[in-house]
Amino acid sequence: MAAETRDGDYPPAVAKQYLFERIFRENPNAIVDSVPHCVEIGMQCVQLGPGTATLMIPYRKEFVGDPSRGVVFGGIITTLLDQAGGAATLCSLAEFTSMATIDLRIDYLRAAEPGLDLFGSAECYKRTPSVAFVRGKAWDRDTEDPFANYIATYMLGSKPNDPLGGDVKAEQSK
Amino acid sequence: MSRANDIVGQIPYANFIGMGVERDAKGLVCVLPFKDANVGNRWLPAVHGGVIGAFLEMTALLALLDQSQDDRIARPINFSTDYLRSAGPQQTHGRAEIVKLGRRIANVRVVAYQDEEAKPVAAGIGNFLL
Repeated sequence: MAAETRDGDYPPAVAKQYLFERIFRENPNAIVDSVPHCVEIGMQCVQLGPGTATLMIPYRKEFVGDPSRGVVFGGIITTLLDQAGGAATLCSLAEFTSMATIDLRIDYLRAAEPGLDLFGSAECYKRTPSVAFVRGKAWDRDTEDPFANYIATYMLGSKPNDPLGGDVKAEQSK
Repeated sequence: MSRANDIVGQIPYANFIGMGVERDAKGLVCVLPFKDANVGNRWLPAVHGGVIGAFLEMTALLALLDQSQDDRIARPINFSTDYLRSAGPQQTHGRAEIVKLGRRIANVRVVAYQDEEAKPVAAGIGNFLL
């Protein structure tokens, strides 16, 4: 990752401690545990890093979209990668900011193999004060053989009064 | 009631998020009732963006199935979603428009809305291999 950027914004030159290092170091899974739908689908956090996140959804028959082939529905990949992109953006921040997905696009490179867990990773490769640019991919067996590619943008500071900000601060003061 | 209605019940993921199908004067309308298990932001609360994206994509697939002669589900090549408003704690509707139905590829545009169709919460467009 580049050590400097033209606007000095992200990635930060050396810098401030990332938010995720303070909040999620001891329990990385907290990044998905506060999201009811992520809990519902059994999503787990595999790894967090500066501006990056890898998440996993265990294969379940309920996620199948094409019963004749046993292949999971593409939409569950949307959830996996949208969440990974949001987590990657959060992990690029020094302070908590609320965020909302502006748009995302997924290319389905091949069908995910029935029965295998689904992994998704995302990287926030550029961030301005108001917009985060994110890309990522999803795979089952081999990280070098992804079944989906993903690109998205997130708006930052979308809800200045989002109570999540308060929650995170409360979390920090513990 | 319709082919789409028969088929939606056989798709595990559509049942998982609680999707149903209705029909009005303009055609097929997909319905996503609000449920806590689909929530992405519990402070607002709002439906998870992934569920909204999945709902749009499923709406497109069902629209294709509804006008097709066989039961094969089209395979998505890509799907792009614009998130326009947060999807609050109420029913979401989805309506698809088949922009082009080719021999091998279909292009489908979808909108999801809550109170009014003129105020969509999300819009999507995708290409599907038939």
